Amino acid sequence: MNADGSAKQNQSLARDLDPEQLSALHDEMLRFATLQLRDKTLAEDAVQEAITAALKSDSGAERASLRTWVFAILRNKIIDVIRERSRHPTQSLIDEDISDLDEQFDERGHWQKEQQPGNWGHPESVLANEQFWPIFEACLNHLPENTARVFMMREHIGLEISEICQELSISESNCWVIMHRARMRLRSCLEKNFLHAGDAL
Amino acid sequence: MMSCKQATSLMSQGQDRQLTRSERLRLRLHLFICSGCANYNKHLGIIREALQRMGGGKSDK
Repeated sequence: MNADGSAKQNQSLARDLDPEQLSALHDEMLRFATLQLRDKTLAEDAVQEAITAALKSDSGAERASLRTWVFAILRNKIIDVIRERSRHPTQSLIDEDISDLDEQFDERGHWQKEQQPGNWGHPESVLANEQFWPIFEACLNHLPENTARVFMMREHIGLEISEICQELSISESNCWVIMHRARMRLRSCLEKNFLHAGDAL
Repeated sequence: MMSCKQATSLMSQGQDRQLTRSERLRLRLHLFICSGCANYNKHLGIIREALQRMGGGKSDK
Protein backbone atom coordinates (compact mmCIF):
# COMPACT_ATOMS: atom_id res chain seq x y z
CA MET A 1 0.00 0.00 0.00
CA ASN A 2 1.29 3.46 -0.81
CA ALA A 3 0.34 6.89 -2.14
CA ASP A 4 -1.93 9.53 -0.69
CA GLY A 5 -5.09 7.62 -1.43
CA SER A 6 -4.31 4.91 1.04
CA ALA A 7 -3.53 7.41 3.79
CA LYS A 8 -6.92 9.01 3.27
CA GLN A 9 -8.62 5.64 3.22
CA ASN A 10 -6.81 4.63 6.34
CA GLN A 11 -8.30 7.63 8.06
CA SER A 12 -11.74 6.54 7.07
CA LEU A 13 -11.06 3.07 8.42
CA ALA A 14 -9.61 4.61 11.55
CA ARG A 15 -12.93 6.26 12.28
CA ASP A 16 -14.48 2.85 12.66
CA LEU A 17 -11.63 0.99 14.24
CA ASP A 18 -9.01 2.21 16.66
CA PRO A 19 -5.41 1.30 15.80
CA GLU A 20 -5.38 -1.48 18.34
CA GLN A 21 -8.45 -3.09 16.82
CA LEU A 22 -7.03 -2.70 13.35
CA SER A 23 -3.77 -4.27 14.38
CA ALA A 24 -5.61 -7.12 16.10
CA LEU A 25 -7.69 -7.67 12.98
CA HIS A 26 -4.57 -7.69 10.83
CA ASP A 27 -2.92 -10.26 13.11
CA GLU A 28 -5.98 -12.44 13.09
CA MET A 29 -6.19 -12.31 9.30
CA LEU A 30 -2.51 -13.11 9.02
CA ARG A 31 -2.85 -16.15 11.26
CA PHE A 32 -5.82 -17.30 9.21
CA ALA A 33 -3.97 -16.87 5.90
CA THR A 34 -0.77 -18.45 7.20
CA LEU A 35 -2.60 -21.54 8.39
CA GLN A 36 -4.06 -21.93 4.96
CA LEU A 37 -1.11 -21.02 2.76
CA ARG A 38 1.79 -22.18 4.93
CA ASP A 39 3.89 -19.34 3.66
CA LYS A 40 4.39 -16.12 5.63
CA THR A 41 5.13 -13.93 2.63
CA LEU A 42 2.24 -15.19 0.52
CA ALA A 43 -0.01 -14.86 3.55
CA GLU A 44 1.06 -11.28 4.27
CA ASP A 45 0.53 -10.38 0.60
CA ALA A 46 -2.97 -11.85 0.65
CA VAL A 47 -3.82 -9.94 3.85
CA GLN A 48 -2.50 -6.67 2.48
CA GLU A 49 -4.43 -7.14 -0.74
CA ALA A 50 -7.60 -7.96 1.16
CA ILE A 51 -7.28 -4.88 3.38
CA THR A 52 -6.50 -2.68 0.40
CA ALA A 53 -9.48 -4.06 -1.50
CA ALA A 54 -11.70 -3.49 1.52
CA LEU A 55 -10.51 0.11 1.80
CA LYS A 56 -10.97 0.78 -1.89
CA SER A 57 -14.52 -0.45 -1.94
CA ASP A 58 -15.34 1.44 1.25
CA SER A 59 -18.43 3.49 0.56
CA GLY A 60 -19.12 4.32 4.15
CA ALA A 61 -21.58 1.45 4.14
CA GLU A 62 -22.52 -0.38 7.23
CA ARG A 63 -19.48 -1.29 9.23
CA ALA A 64 -20.97 -3.65 11.80
CA SER A 65 -19.85 -6.59 9.73
CA LEU A 66 -16.42 -5.23 8.81
CA ARG A 67 -14.68 -8.28 10.19
CA THR A 68 -16.90 -10.68 8.26
CA TRP A 69 -16.45 -8.57 5.17
CA VAL A 70 -12.64 -8.41 5.15
CA PHE A 71 -12.48 -12.11 5.91
CA ALA A 72 -14.74 -12.81 2.95
CA ILE A 73 -12.33 -10.84 0.74
CA LEU A 74 -9.38 -12.66 2.27
CA ARG A 75 -10.99 -16.04 1.58
CA ASN A 76 -11.28 -15.15 -2.09
CA LYS A 77 -7.66 -14.00 -2.22
CA ILE A 78 -6.57 -17.28 -0.67
CA ILE A 79 -8.62 -19.28 -3.17
CA ASP A 80 -6.91 -17.34 -5.98
CA VAL A 81 -3.49 -18.24 -4.60
CA ILE A 82 -4.48 -21.90 -4.26
CA ARG A 83 -5.82 -21.98 -7.81
CA GLU A 84 -2.64 -20.45 -9.09
CA ARG A 85 -0.62 -23.00 -7.17
CA SER A 86 -2.62 -26.02 -8.25
CA ARG A 87 -1.92 -25.13 -11.85
CA HIS A 88 1.74 -25.60 -11.06
CA PRO A 89 1.79 -28.61 -8.78
CA THR A 90 5.17 -29.34 -7.35
CA GLN A 91 4.32 -32.59 -5.69
CA SER A 92 1.68 -35.26 -5.61
CA LEU A 93 -1.24 -34.44 -3.39
CA ILE A 94 -1.98 -37.66 -1.65
CA ASP A 95 0.96 -39.94 -1.18
CA GLU A 96 2.56 -37.94 1.61
CA ASP A 97 0.08 -39.02 4.21
CA ILE A 98 0.84 -42.68 4.47
CA SER A 99 0.40 -42.68 8.13
CA ASP A 100 0.08 -44.76 11.20
CA LEU A 101 -3.56 -43.86 11.72
CA ASP A 102 -4.66 -47.45 11.30
CA GLU A 103 -2.66 -48.31 14.37
CA GLN A 104 -5.36 -46.67 16.44
CA PHE A 105 -7.55 -49.68 15.66
CA ASP A 106 -7.18 -53.37 16.39
CA GLU A 107 -7.45 -56.07 13.74
CA ARG A 108 -11.26 -56.06 13.99
CA GLY A 109 -11.37 -52.32 13.44
CA HIS A 110 -12.18 -51.33 17.02
CA TRP A 111 -10.31 -48.70 19.03
CA GLN A 112 -7.16 -49.87 20.71
CA LYS A 113 -7.76 -49.44 24.40
CA GLU A 114 -5.37 -46.53 24.94
CA GLN A 115 -6.48 -44.81 21.70
CA GLN A 116 -10.17 -44.64 22.51
CA PRO A 117 -11.40 -41.02 22.30
CA GLY A 118 -12.03 -39.60 25.76
CA ASN A 119 -14.50 -37.16 27.19
CA TRP A 120 -13.39 -33.54 26.64
CA GLY A 121 -16.32 -32.09 28.52
CA HIS A 122 -18.92 -29.74 27.13
CA PRO A 123 -18.04 -28.32 23.66
CA GLU A 124 -18.69 -24.74 24.76
CA SER A 125 -16.35 -25.03 27.72
CA VAL A 126 -13.68 -26.54 25.49
CA LEU A 127 -13.95 -23.57 23.12
CA ALA A 128 -14.01 -21.13 26.03
CA ASN A 129 -10.84 -22.64 27.46
CA GLU A 130 -7.85 -20.42 26.69
CA GLN A 131 -5.51 -23.39 26.70
CA PHE A 132 -7.40 -24.90 23.81
CA TRP A 133 -6.59 -22.32 21.15
CA PRO A 134 -2.77 -22.39 21.02
CA ILE A 135 -2.90 -26.18 21.05
CA PHE A 136 -5.49 -26.16 18.28
CA GLU A 137 -3.34 -23.92 16.14
CA ALA A 138 -0.21 -25.97 16.79
CA CYS A 139 -2.07 -29.15 15.84
CA LEU A 140 -3.32 -27.56 12.60
CA ASN A 141 0.22 -26.56 11.76
CA HIS A 142 1.30 -30.08 12.48
CA LEU A 143 -0.86 -31.59 9.70
CA PRO A 144 1.07 -32.70 6.61
CA GLU A 145 1.07 -29.79 4.17
CA ASN A 146 -1.07 -31.18 1.38
CA THR A 147 -3.53 -32.81 3.75
CA ALA A 148 -3.86 -29.46 5.48
CA ARG A 149 -4.47 -27.67 2.21
CA VAL A 150 -7.46 -29.85 1.29
CA PHE A 151 -8.81 -29.84 4.83
CA MET A 152 -8.57 -26.08 5.21
CA MET A 153 -10.18 -25.43 1.85
CA ARG A 154 -13.17 -27.26 3.21
CA GLU A 155 -13.23 -26.17 6.84
CA HIS A 156 -11.58 -22.79 6.80
CA ILE A 157 -12.64 -21.44 3.43
CA GLY A 158 -15.92 -23.32 3.26
CA LEU A 159 -15.73 -24.91 -0.20
CA GLU A 160 -17.72 -28.05 -0.99
CA ILE A 161 -15.86 -31.32 -1.52
CA SER A 162 -16.82 -31.41 -5.20
CA GLU A 163 -15.33 -27.93 -5.74
CA ILE A 164 -12.12 -28.89 -3.98
CA CYS A 165 -11.61 -32.05 -6.04
CA GLN A 166 -12.19 -30.12 -9.21
CA GLU A 167 -9.92 -27.30 -8.16
CA LEU A 168 -7.05 -29.60 -7.27
CA SER A 169 -7.77 -32.26 -9.91
CA ILE A 170 -8.07 -35.13 -7.47
CA SER A 171 -10.72 -37.81 -7.38
CA GLU A 172 -13.64 -37.42 -5.02
CA SER A 173 -12.80 -40.65 -3.20
CA ASN A 174 -9.30 -39.34 -2.52
CA CYS A 175 -10.82 -36.17 -1.18
CA TRP A 176 -12.94 -38.13 1.34
CA VAL A 177 -9.91 -40.07 2.47
CA ILE A 178 -7.83 -36.92 2.89
CA MET A 179 -10.58 -35.22 4.91
CA HIS A 180 -10.98 -38.26 7.12
CA ARG A 181 -7.26 -38.53 7.78
CA ALA A 182 -6.96 -34.83 8.49
CA ARG A 183 -9.74 -34.97 11.08
CA MET A 184 -8.32 -38.10 12.61
CA ARG A 185 -4.85 -36.64 12.97
CA LEU A 186 -6.11 -33.33 14.27
CA ARG A 187 -8.38 -34.95 16.81
CA SER A 188 -5.71 -37.29 18.04
CA CYS A 189 -3.22 -34.40 18.37
CA LEU A 190 -5.79 -32.42 20.37
CA GLU A 191 -6.57 -35.36 22.59
CA LYS A 192 -2.90 -35.95 23.31
CA ASN A 193 -2.09 -32.33 24.06
CA PHE A 194 -5.28 -30.66 25.24
CA LEU A 195 -6.90 -33.33 27.32
CA HIS A 196 -3.69 -34.19 29.06
CA ALA A 197 -2.72 -30.55 29.54
CA GLY A 198 -5.99 -30.26 31.46
CA ASP A 199 -5.13 -33.29 33.57
CA ALA A 200 -1.84 -31.76 34.61
CA LEU A 201 -3.48 -28.73 36.18
CA MET B 1 -22.25 -54.40 13.10
CA MET B 2 -20.11 -51.54 11.92
CA SER B 3 -16.53 -51.31 13.23
CA CYS B 4 -15.12 -48.15 14.85
CA LYS B 5 -12.85 -47.74 11.87
CA GLN B 6 -15.83 -47.68 9.52
CA ALA B 7 -17.81 -45.48 11.90
CA THR B 8 -15.08 -42.80 12.05
CA SER B 9 -14.90 -42.70 8.26
CA LEU B 10 -18.67 -42.33 8.02
CA MET B 11 -18.69 -39.60 10.71
CA SER B 12 -16.14 -37.66 8.70
CA GLN B 13 -18.23 -38.01 5.53
CA GLY B 14 -21.25 -36.89 7.51
CA GLN B 15 -19.49 -33.55 8.00
CA ASP B 16 -19.29 -33.04 4.24
CA ARG B 17 -22.34 -34.70 2.74
CA GLN B 18 -25.79 -35.87 3.70
CA LEU B 19 -25.53 -39.50 4.80
CA THR B 20 -28.09 -41.95 3.43
CA ARG B 21 -30.88 -43.12 5.70
CA SER B 22 -29.29 -46.53 6.06
CA GLU B 23 -25.89 -45.02 6.90
CA ARG B 24 -27.47 -42.79 9.52
CA LEU B 25 -29.30 -45.67 11.15
CA ARG B 26 -26.26 -47.90 11.30
CA LEU B 27 -24.10 -45.08 12.61
CA ARG B 28 -26.64 -44.10 15.25
CA LEU B 29 -26.78 -47.64 16.52
CA HIS B 30 -23.00 -47.81 16.68
CA LEU B 31 -22.75 -44.51 18.57
CA PHE B 32 -25.38 -45.71 20.99
CA ILE B 33 -23.22 -48.58 22.16
CA CYS B 34 -19.70 -47.16 21.59
CA SER B 35 -18.68 -44.29 23.88
CA GLY B 36 -15.31 -43.86 22.10
CA CYS B 37 -17.00 -43.15 18.78
CA ALA B 38 -19.67 -41.02 20.47
CA ASN B 39 -16.84 -38.89 21.86
CA TYR B 40 -15.17 -38.84 18.44
CA ASN B 41 -18.36 -37.47 16.93
CA LYS B 42 -18.50 -34.65 19.50
CA HIS B 43 -14.86 -33.84 18.84
CA LEU B 44 -15.53 -33.44 15.11
CA GLY B 45 -18.20 -30.89 15.99
CA ILE B 46 -15.80 -28.99 18.24
CA ILE B 47 -13.14 -28.93 15.51
CA ARG B 48 -15.58 -27.56 12.94
CA GLU B 49 -16.89 -24.90 15.31
CA ALA B 50 -13.34 -23.87 16.29
CA LEU B 51 -12.31 -23.43 12.64
CA GLN B 52 -15.36 -21.33 11.90
CA ARG B 53 -14.70 -19.09 14.88
CA MET B 54 -11.15 -18.51 13.68
CA GLY B 55 -12.22 -17.30 10.27
CA GLY B 56 -14.27 -14.22 10.97
CA GLY B 57 -17.46 -16.01 11.87
CA LYS B 58 -19.62 -18.43 9.96
CA SER B 59 -18.74 -19.07 6.37
CA ASP B 60 -21.31 -19.78 3.69
CA LYS B 61 -21.79 -23.46 4.03
